[in-house]
Amino acid sequence: MTPHAPTVDDRDGDLPDPTDAAPAIVAESHEIAVTGLNKHYGDYHALRDVDLTIPGGSLTALLGPSGSGKSTLLRAVAGLEVPDAGTVLIGGQDVTFVPPQRREIGFVFQHYAAFKHLTVRGNVGFGPRIRKRPKAEIDRRVDELLEIVGLAGYQERYPSQLSGGQRQRMALARALAVEPRVLLLDEPFGALDAKVRDDLRQWMRRLQAETGVTTVLVTHDQEEALDVADHVAVLAEGRIEQWGTPREVYDRPANDFVKSFLGPTAVLRGELVRPHDLVLSHEAADGAVPVTVRRVVHLGFEVRVELDDAEAAGDGDLSAQLTRGEAARLDLEPGGRVYVRAT
Amino acid sequence: MRISRPATLTLRTVALVYLGVLVALPIGLILLRTFEDGFGAFWEQVTTPAAISALSLSLVIVAIVVPLNVVFGVATALALVRGRFRGRGVVQAIVDLPFAVSPIVVGASLILLWGAEGWFGFVEDTGFKVIFALPGMVLATIFVTLPFVVREVEPVLHEIGEEQEQAAATLGASRWQTFWRVTLPAIRWGLTYGVVLTVARALGEFGAVIMVSAGVAGESQTLTLLVHSRYIDDHNEFGAYAASTTLMFLAIVTLLLMTVLDRKRHSA
Repeated sequence: MTPHAPTVDDRDGDLPDPTDAAPAIVAESHEIAVTGLNKHYGDYHALRDVDLTIPGGSLTALLGPSGSGKSTLLRAVAGLEVPDAGTVLIGGQDVTFVPPQRREIGFVFQHYAAFKHLTVRGNVGFGPRIRKRPKAEIDRRVDELLEIVGLAGYQERYPSQLSGGQRQRMALARALAVEPRVLLLDEPFGALDAKVRDDLRQWMRRLQAETGVTTVLVTHDQEEALDVADHVAVLAEGRIEQWGTPREVYDRPANDFVKSFLGPTAVLRGELVRPHDLVLSHEAADGAVPVTVRRVVHLGFEVRVELDDAEAAGDGDLSAQLTRGEAARLDLEPGGRVYVRAT
Repeated sequence: MRISRPATLTLRTVALVYLGVLVALPIGLILLRTFEDGFGAFWEQVTTPAAISALSLSLVIVAIVVPLNVVFGVATALALVRGRFRGRGVVQAIVDLPFAVSPIVVGASLILLWGAEGWFGFVEDTGFKVIFALPGMVLATIFVTLPFVVREVEPVLHEIGEEQEQAAATLGASRWQTFWRVTLPAIRWGLTYGVVLTVARALGEFGAVIMVSAGVAGESQTLTLLVHSRYIDDHNEFGAYAASTTLMFLAIVTLLLMTVLDRKRHSA
């Protein structure tokens, strides 16, 4: 293996406007419906009675910690895993026993899965070549897709000559080249640097909106899920804990797991609350709890106030998140007494 | 730690003398003896009917053994790396067995199995001679060279992982297309290296082959057997040296090929 020499700028500043892509990728919107899906690996129960309907044309995130079954679910939709029980429908067609070759899907892997012995052209044209399309048509299609993903002019390079972000864009072009009914992305930005990840994520979001191809994205990053997805399915231990829009799952989490997984939490007298939902005051009020200020941390615009509740020892961390203005008004000092309640 | 200059020189000298006496000197001596009467004398010895027959028999064996080892070696490596089945440990051990078993034992066991009195003796009754014929020599050579392709391909398969193959599947490639277009190109250097090792060992094998060969000059002798019989039976020392030089020449070509490929493999 030759060490990877980044011959090009690793930041993906050369991403073209995805609105130009609309004529090139014409996608029909196919719904994905999963019912009663179960999967075991030996004694390990990876998926437990999963029911999920992903609306056609949407960008849905499967969000969960590692081992929650989110990747297994995606791979079951792709046909890369065969479920022990349950059915998978794509565009109304039962594909449970259809091999991945004939599911008409596009799949993007976290570590790109680039064909190292093929050039960018060879990689992107792989699917059409398998389908025995005429060479001129393949070349035209490849050029068109490379234009969309911002890799025009990279046709004759090998994957080892590309940066991580470029490799993933090549993988995306390769998946789109077969005109998939649905696009499945398994932690597609997981191996990239923070900056590249953000750029590519926004670009991906716009490309999806433009083309309307039903897209499912697996991620363990709640910010990524809330940022790009129309719908979020939160998974834990092989179950879907909640399904809804980013706003719904964040504002009205179905349970404490979803609440703590989607954002920071504090424990106030045994109840899970968001730090920014805590209100501090010097006056006692209904339901307000008297606490001691332990520490005041200034984090730019926001201020984190760490509190000690003498009555609730060992319950968990209790921190309130205030704006700089609020904190200044309250004039908080470590050791001072204050009342806290949740809105 | 810094090694003083005299110490470095001493170490180098010891290493060079060791290599010189044990490796370079014997080989050099054979070369010297082979060509001391000029190239013509050498040429005469390696173009006798017996020598030509031995050379072609050696090459025929290589030509049969290599494709078989490629097909079954790659299949075995794929099964060991990609497959999930009981008894993988046993298969692993069996693949390594030829490294551990002495070639002469291989020859003896083949006679036991395929000989007139053996379990598969009925094959000889049909008139198809195995032992003391070409099939026996091929079987013996396959046995001793079996691990090379498997052991060279296996780590490469591990390294490339399954994702490229899965990506090919999602792009519509059948298993067969995936193998030809994705797996095989990815393992090509490992496979080539395994083939070169197989060729080298197949050319040089002596112990297993002598047990199952009829040993008739000009008919059923490989190059190694020719060297042996010229020296022991014919007392034709010069002829033995000449045949050895031919073997060595083939070995050096293989070795050079191996070095070039190894470099290519590491930069691929």
